[in-house]
Amino acid sequence: MSAPLGYLTAAGNRAHTILPLTWFTLAISIAVCVVIALCLLGALRRGGLRRWPVDMRTVPVARGGAGLRWIGIGVALSAIPLLAILVWTMQALAAAGPLRGRAALTVDVTARQWWWEVRYDADTPAQTFLTANEIHIPVGRPVRVRLHGGDVIHSFWVPQLSGKTDAIPGRTNDTWLQADQPGRYGGQCSEYCGAQHAHMGLEVVADPPAAFEAWRTAQLRPAPAPTSAALMHGAAVVEYRCGACHELRGTQAGALAGPDLTHLASRARIAAGVLPNNAGALAEWIQYAQRVKPGTLMPDQNLDGADLSDVVAYLGTLR
Amino acid sequence: MKAADMRVPEVGTATPELRRRLDEIWKTGPGIAGFLGTVDHKKIGIRYIVTAFAFLLLGGIEALLMRLQLIGPDLKLLTPDQYNVLFSTHGMTMIFLYAAPILSGFSNYLFPLLLGNRDMAFPRLNALSYWIYLAAGIFLYVGFLTGHGPNDGWFNYVPYSERDFNPGLNQDFYSLGMVLLGISTTVGAANFIVTLLRMRAPGMSINRLPIMTWGTLTASAANLVVVPSVSLAFLLLWLDRQFGTQFFRSAGGGQPLLWQHLFWLFGHPWVYAIVLPAMGMVSDGLPVFCRRPLVGYSLVALSTVATMILGFGVWVHHMFATGLPGLGLSFFSAASIVITFPSAVAVFAWLATIWTGRPVVTTAFLYFSSMILMFVIGGVSGVMTASVPVDWQLTDTYFVVAHIHYVLIGINLFPVLGAAHFWFPKMTGRFMDERLGKWSFWLVFAGFNIAFLPMHLTGLLGMPRRIYTYGPEMHWTALNTITTCGSFILALGILLFLVNVLRSRRHGRVAPANPWDASTLEWSVSSPPPEYNFAVIPTVASRHPLWEDRLQEEQATSSLDRGMLLDRGKEVVTTTPLDAEPDLILEMPGDTTAPFWLTVGLSLLFIGLLLRVVSLAAGGGVLTALAILVWLWPRRALREREPAHG
Amino acid sequence: MAEVAMFKPGPLPVGPTRRQGVGWWGAIMLVASEGALFAYLLFGYFYVGATEPPGWVLEPRPDLRLALPNTVLLLLSSVAAWFGEHGVLSRRRGRALLGFGLAAVMGVVFAAVQWKEWHLKHFLPGTSSYASLYYATTAFHMAHVVIGIAVLLGIFLWTALDYFSPRRHMAVSAGVLYWHFVDAVWLAVFTTYYLTPYLGFGT
Repeated sequence: MSAPLGYLTAAGNRAHTILPLTWFTLAISIAVCVVIALCLLGALRRGGLRRWPVDMRTVPVARGGAGLRWIGIGVALSAIPLLAILVWTMQALAAAGPLRGRAALTVDVTARQWWWEVRYDADTPAQTFLTANEIHIPVGRPVRVRLHGGDVIHSFWVPQLSGKTDAIPGRTNDTWLQADQPGRYGGQCSEYCGAQHAHMGLEVVADPPAAFEAWRTAQLRPAPAPTSAALMHGAAVVEYRCGACHELRGTQAGALAGPDLTHLASRARIAAGVLPNNAGALAEWIQYAQRVKPGTLMPDQNLDGADLSDVVAYLGTLR
Repeated sequence: MKAADMRVPEVGTATPELRRRLDEIWKTGPGIAGFLGTVDHKKIGIRYIVTAFAFLLLGGIEALLMRLQLIGPDLKLLTPDQYNVLFSTHGMTMIFLYAAPILSGFSNYLFPLLLGNRDMAFPRLNALSYWIYLAAGIFLYVGFLTGHGPNDGWFNYVPYSERDFNPGLNQDFYSLGMVLLGISTTVGAANFIVTLLRMRAPGMSINRLPIMTWGTLTASAANLVVVPSVSLAFLLLWLDRQFGTQFFRSAGGGQPLLWQHLFWLFGHPWVYAIVLPAMGMVSDGLPVFCRRPLVGYSLVALSTVATMILGFGVWVHHMFATGLPGLGLSFFSAASIVITFPSAVAVFAWLATIWTGRPVVTTAFLYFSSMILMFVIGGVSGVMTASVPVDWQLTDTYFVVAHIHYVLIGINLFPVLGAAHFWFPKMTGRFMDERLGKWSFWLVFAGFNIAFLPMHLTGLLGMPRRIYTYGPEMHWTALNTITTCGSFILALGILLFLVNVLRSRRHGRVAPANPWDASTLEWSVSSPPPEYNFAVIPTVASRHPLWEDRLQEEQATSSLDRGMLLDRGKEVVTTTPLDAEPDLILEMPGDTTAPFWLTVGLSLLFIGLLLRVVSLAAGGGVLTALAILVWLWPRRALREREPAHG
Repeated sequence: MAEVAMFKPGPLPVGPTRRQGVGWWGAIMLVASEGALFAYLLFGYFYVGATEPPGWVLEPRPDLRLALPNTVLLLLSSVAAWFGEHGVLSRRRGRALLGFGLAAVMGVVFAAVQWKEWHLKHFLPGTSSYASLYYATTAFHMAHVVIGIAVLLGIFLWTALDYFSPRRHMAVSAGVLYWHFVDAVWLAVFTTYYLTPYLGFGT
C-alpha cells in the first residue's frame, strides 16, 4: 500500500493518531458486512427458497414467532461497536485536533488556482521569504500551517502527515504538521476548485534540523547573479517577461500573481507537482503551459529558440 | 341547513352499472385537452416514473463517459472542462431529477390505492408538481446541451460559483433551474402530507398505514421545510452574480461557509428523503414474498420518523474539514453515529421477516433482499466518515464516492427496480418477464459491486474526488479500470431492465388483480385499476386487509365488497388524521389546463430572469398570476362558494 | 368467523365546510414552508453577524421612526383582516368588505413606507453582506406583502360577488391566515434587524 497519497501508512504525529482508528472502523465495518451477509444467506436458506413461478396462494401466509427478538438483539449488538467508535472518536479528535503547546515554526500557505503560495514569516522583513508548492519543515517538531484562501475554497492535504483542512477565503484556518522521520511527503488539493483541481499537488519535505537551517538560509538569499552572457540574456528576458507575474528577489521582477521563482531550481517539481524540474520539462511548461494544464492562468509564452534556451539555463541556476 | 349540504352516503356493492357511472365521472377527457389537463394521479405518477427513468439514463451515460476518461491514467478523451461539467451534471441529474421524482412517481400512483381512496388531496397541485418538474428538467438540460451545464459539482460551493470565477451562464442555469424545481418538490410534499392525513379509507388508523406511506410522509414533511433553504441559497447566489450583492463574497463581508450551511441544512435531510420512501417500498414488498407480515411494524414506522428527525441534526458532517470548533465537531460526529440506530432497526426487521418467513424468489424479491446488504455496506462506510478524525482523511476521496453510491444505488435504485417489478402488473395488467428480470438483476448486482466495492480502496489509497485524470505513479490505475468495467456491466443490466419494461408492456403475460397474493388495498382492484380506483370505498380493519382470512387475528374483517358509493359526482370522503373516521364528502376538481399554463408562465419568468429580458419575465409573471387566479377562483361545482343571502 | 367491519355512516357534510376540508391544511403547508424560508434568511443574518468582526451592522441604532409605526400599522391590518373574516362568519357583508378593504389599504401603506425607508438608507444592496441581507430579507417580506394584498383584494372581490357564507368560506380563511402569517414574519424580521442591534448584536 505505498500509494503516494494513501493514508493507510502514517509518517506524522497526527496521522499516527488517526490511523489506528481508521483500521478499527474499517475492521468493524467489514465484520458487520460479513455478519449481515451471513444472516441474509442464512435467512434465505432457512425459509426454503421457492422458485417463481409458483401459485402464491399455495405458500401459506403465517405470522411466524420471535421475529421481534431479532430487532432487539441486532440493535443491542450493533450498539457495542458503535459506542466504541464514538468513544475512540472523541479521544482521537482531541489528540489529533488543534495543536497544544508551541509550534517550532509557522508557515503561511495561501491556496490559489492551481498552486500553493508558501510564506515563511519572521520578525524582520529580511528574514521573510516566499516559495511555492514545496514546504520544508524541520523533522520531529510541530509546525503550524496557517491556511488562507486566495481565490476559491481549496483544501490542504498531506495524507501521511495529517488530515485535510480547507483554505477558505475570508478566514484563516490553522492546521499543524509533525513528521516523524525525514522524507518527502506528497499532498494534493482536495476541494474542487476549478479546471485544474486535478493538478494542484504539493510536497512537504521534512529535513533534519541542520539541513532545514541550510535550506532556509539558502532561500533567504536573493537570486544568484548571472555569470555569462547567455545567462545574462536569460535573466533579462525573465525579468522583462516573467516579471509581469512572478517575483525573483534581487531583480526587477516583483509581481506576486504567480509563484516566487527566486529559488526555482531548488524545488523537485514544477507546475504544482505536474512536471519534474528539469530543463526539458521547464521548456515545455514555459512554451505550452496550456497544453500541460489546460485552463491554467499562465499563458503559453511562445519564446523563440535562443530566448528559450537562455531562459531555461538561467532558471536552472536559481538554486 | 340545506338538504344537499348534509348527506348520509349510500352504501352498496359494486354493480356494473355503478362502475359505468363512476368511469364516466372520473375518466380523463380526450385529446390534447385531456393530455394537458388531466388530474388523474395514476397518469401523473406514470409520467413522473417515465421522466425520472429518462433522467436516470442520461445521468448514467454521463457516468459512463467519466468512467471511460478514468479507465487509465492521463487520458485525453475529455477536456478538463468537459469532465467537470459531466461530474456536476451527473450529480444534479441523479440526485434531483431522478432520485426524488422516481419516488414521487411511485407515491403518486400508489397513495390513493394504498390508502383506499379515489384521489390525492390536491389533484390540480399534483399535475402542477409534475409539469414544473418537467419544465425544470428541460431548463437545466438546455443549459447542459448548450454548453452551459453546471460545473462546480452538484453542491456548487462558493466562491467558485460566483461570477468572478464562473462568468458564463452555467451557474445561472443551475441556480434558477433549482429554484424552479424546488417549487415542484414543495407542492408535491404538501400534497402527500395532506393526502395521508386526510384522505384514507375509513378504519385505516395511523397504525395500519403501509410503511411506504410513512416513508413518503416523513420525507415530505422534511422537504416542505428544507427545500426553501436550498432555494434561498441558489437565489442568493444568483443575486450575487447578477446584482453584486455580498452574501457569499468575503471581500464584502460575505461568508462562503453560509452557502455550505444553507446547502447542507437542505442536503442532508434530502438524502434521507430520497431513501426513506424506498425503504418503505421494501418494508411493504418484502413481506409479500416472505408470506408474512413485516416484523416489528411499529418499530419500523417509528424508526422512519426517528431517522428523519435525527437527519435534521447532522448536516455539519459534510463540513468537518472547514475548520469549525471542536465542540461543534464532537456534537455532529456523535449525532451522525447515533443516526445509525433507527436504520439498524429497519435492517434487522427485514432480516427477521425473511428468516421467519417462506421466501419466494421473484425478481422483485431479489432486489428487495439484496438491498439489505447494500444498505449495510453504505451504512458502515457512513459510520467511518461520521468519525471526525477518520473523516479528515476520507472526506473528498473516492471512499466517499463509494459510500454515496452504496447508499443511493443500494437504498434507492435497488428498491425502485424491485418496486417496478412488483407493481408493474398492477399498473399495466401484465407481468414483466421473470427470466429477463433475473438476468438484469444479476448484471446490475454484479456490475454495481464490481464498480463500487473496490472504490473504497481507491479512496483509502488517496484518490481525491472530482479529478479528471491522474498519473500512473499514483497506484490507482488497476482499481479504476475495474470500476469502469463494473460500471458498464451495471449499465447493461439497466438496459436489459428497460428492454424488459418495453417488451412486457405489449407482450407480457396478463396479470390478475392480485398476482402476488399480496395484502394491501391496491391489490383488491383490477390490474390496471379503473380510473376511479375503488367502486365502493373500503372499510379497513387491519394492516393486511387481503390476508385477514389467513391470519385470522382481528375482531373484525375489512369490508372490501361493500362500502360507500359516493357516485353523485367526482366524490371522495375525507377522514380524521389519526383514527380515519369519515368526516366530510368532497367534490374533486376535473381536468383543467391551469396547472399547465401556470408552468408555462413560470418557465417564461425564469427564462426572462436567466437572459435578463424584463419583458419576458414580466409576461411570464402575468401569465402565472392569471393561471393562479383562474385556478383559485371559487367554484360552485366544488362547493367552494354559495351566496350568503339566498 | 370475524364480523365484517362496516362503517355505518351518519350524515356527513358535503363540500368544504368552515375550516373542514383540505384547503385549510394546504394553507398551513404553505405557511410552514414559507415560514421556513424566513427562518433561513434570519439564520443567515445571525450566522454572518456572529462570524464577522464587530461593526458589521451598518446601522448600530436603526432608525425606528418609520419602522415602528409601520409595524403597528401592519399589526392593525391583521386586526382588520380578522374583522373582515368575522363579517363573513356572521353574514355581515358590509363588515367583511370593510375589513378586507381596510387591511389591503393598510398593506399598501406599509409597503409604501417600507419603499421610502429603503431610499432613506445610506447603503445599497451591494455595499456589504449586512446590506445585502437587510435588503434581501425585507424585499422577500415585501413580496409576500404584495401577494397578500392581492389575496385580500381577491377575497374582497369574491365577497362583493356574494360568494361566501358562514359555511362556505375556505378562501377567506386561507387568505386571512396568509395575511396573519405575513404579519408574524414581519415581527420576526423587525425584531432581528431593528431591535437586536440595540441589544448589541453585531455592533
